[in-house]
Amino acid sequence: MSNARSLRSVVALVAVAVLSLFLFGSAQAQDGEGEAFSGTLRFGGEPVEGVRISVVDASGETVGEAVSGADGRWRIELPGPGTYRATIDTATLPEGVTLRDPERQTLEVTVTAGRSRPLIFALGEPASRGPNVGEKLAQAVLNGVKFGLIIAMCAIGLSLIFGLTGLINFAHGELVTLGAILAWYFNADTFGAPLILAGVLAVVVAGAAGGGVEFSLLRPLRARRLGMFQFMVVTIGLSLLARHVMLLFFGPDRERYIDYALQAEWTFGPFAVTPRDFTIMALSAVILIAVAVFLQRARTGKAIRAVADNPELAESSGIDVDRVVLIVWVAGAALAAVGGVFFGSVEAVDWLMGFRLLLLMFAAVVLGGLGTAYGAMVGGLLIGLVTEVSTVWASPEIKAVFALGVLVLALLVRPQGLLGQRERIG
Amino acid sequence: MDFDIIFGNAARAGLGPQAAIFALAAIGLNLHFGYAGLLNFGQVGFMMLGAYGTAIVVATWGGSLWLGIPFGLGLCVAFALALGIPTLRLRSDYFAITTIAAAEILRLLIRSSPATDITGGPFGLQAIANSFFDLNFLPDGRFGWGTFSYSSNQLWVMIVAWILVVLCSALVLALIRSPWGRVVRAIREDEDAVLSLGKNTVAYKLQALVIGGVIGGLAGVIDALQQSGVGSENFEPQVTFFAWAALILGGLATTVGPVVGAVLFWFLREGVESFIRELSEQGWLPNALADFLDGAEGAISIALMGIGLVALMALRPQGIFGRRRNLHLGT
Repeated sequence: MSNARSLRSVVALVAVAVLSLFLFGSAQAQDGEGEAFSGTLRFGGEPVEGVRISVVDASGETVGEAVSGADGRWRIELPGPGTYRATIDTATLPEGVTLRDPERQTLEVTVTAGRSRPLIFALGEPASRGPNVGEKLAQAVLNGVKFGLIIAMCAIGLSLIFGLTGLINFAHGELVTLGAILAWYFNADTFGAPLILAGVLAVVVAGAAGGGVEFSLLRPLRARRLGMFQFMVVTIGLSLLARHVMLLFFGPDRERYIDYALQAEWTFGPFAVTPRDFTIMALSAVILIAVAVFLQRARTGKAIRAVADNPELAESSGIDVDRVVLIVWVAGAALAAVGGVFFGSVEAVDWLMGFRLLLLMFAAVVLGGLGTAYGAMVGGLLIGLVTEVSTVWASPEIKAVFALGVLVLALLVRPQGLLGQRERIG
Repeated sequence: MDFDIIFGNAARAGLGPQAAIFALAAIGLNLHFGYAGLLNFGQVGFMMLGAYGTAIVVATWGGSLWLGIPFGLGLCVAFALALGIPTLRLRSDYFAITTIAAAEILRLLIRSSPATDITGGPFGLQAIANSFFDLNFLPDGRFGWGTFSYSSNQLWVMIVAWILVVLCSALVLALIRSPWGRVVRAIREDEDAVLSLGKNTVAYKLQALVIGGVIGGLAGVIDALQQSGVGSENFEPQVTFFAWAALILGGLATTVGPVVGAVLFWFLREGVESFIRELSEQGWLPNALADFLDGAEGAISIALMGIGLVALMALRPQGIFGRRRNLHLGT
């Protein structure tokens, strides 16, 4: 959709830039002294003549004016180095010619001593060529479903572990990061394994790590009857430890997997999706359905639900609670790692990715109903949608604010969550 | 390996303004959780509002610092009310998640580009503390010796910060020994019992949240003053965890716990970092290991802090001064 278009405009911009550089070079060869602005105005490949451009200095005083020549070129000598504002007089543009971006009518540019700076006033049809709100919305919904599925997968373990043991696992985000980083080591850094194989290996290791934490640390601590708060502190400690050990080995930079990095998009009507993202969405959906079927049908799945519902009753009816908890830790960590590999593939891998995701996972599980697997799924999808759809209207840098806002709202209106059972949580 | 340097750096950090700032934040948390049973994981939000409120009045609106500080603390009161009125009825684990989310919402909003005109966005605000340093009556020049050598202004910040720590500790102690404190502690032990005595428990909890939040806001004000500026990167969720670490180390529900914990926290953290720096400068380490350690002291000390927290919970969950019977607070 917008892909071909944006590619075309990138090519056009590069061409203009190269052209200006070339002109700037030759201009400098002609009269290589002093600071100046220069440029060439073109519309659809043709030079545009008779357009007035003026420059004011920092105090607002006009220091120069120029009118583009028959070849579209213009040049304004400046009194010295400094910051200037160059304005193109749109009233002097020929009929039917406009600035491509009306907000770039005035450019503020700093010139260093002895340099001539090329300025680009891109002419073209106005920016309404960009995707309209409907198209943006469609794309945002698609992205929302994509991230929502990934968040849901990451959050199932968080929710079930809470349901089984009452533990809020602040280290759950680090399981996501662990999966993504291990897959990067297997794929891009050391072994060069195909991403699918690397991902499977990473998930296995992360699952084992989750099980190891439960078996060797949390189970003995549960036997000592530590309070909920002490367990929270333990997981905060684990999260600080894991995150900074990964920082030590992985470093602070963002990295990408080798496979599936650049792909042409498939378009279905208003939706554009790379084959990689499509595969990730399909796989996520399959995995989530498999988890649901497992919880509904399998013996162990039923045991998990029984313990989540009432641990004492489950134990007294012969369910080995410790074993169920261990299984949930292994499976939850593995699912988080799958989410991490997917997330790393869609975006990039870095040492803080899981921690950033943690608050969104909290939002997902609370919204859906803390302690339930299906709640995490529904909540994850909703949080993903809210986050991405907000970017249609709001700045993307505050998209997490909307997710966290939904979390706070959910706690006010329906604190047990969408799918949670009404119990005393106050 | 020069242990004098390591010990000197550690002690300097333990006495420095950062330790006082974390002591204030931890005193607030102690009132919240140690005495009132409120599991506040958004203390950094109060610090941020104190710091930014002050800085916005001075740097953005050109007002006086002495208006800015009350404004910042007023924002903390407003945040505590906005946060507390809807959420204090929730169970403590839900309260923890809400507070951490609320603090992060604030940080993302403050650093976003639409807010740049007021908060400076990602660049923060600078040059706010001139009137504070104008009050400095200490003569110019340096004070102390060796590692413990401070400029007049550094010493001024430290004196003010530690005086505030003492005052806030005394305030909390007085509150806790008052009839109000007895009700608050009783709510922590058994809210239903207090309700049945006809006390409005939500109002008491809200008051505790406001007071502890304002003390946290004071920590933010000192932070803004000592740097003479604010930046959103100083208020990530991690800061709350560190304040908690200081409090737990010292001991919950004790008067000296948060203060000693904060001093010890910075002493240990800087001590470890200094030790690793010294270690990596020694010639006798293998090159690969020395390269690995170079510049990694920050991450290593925080990772060790993580181990320390787990070990503390496993071995002495009540901290240094805490009492074991206070272990099952707020659950």
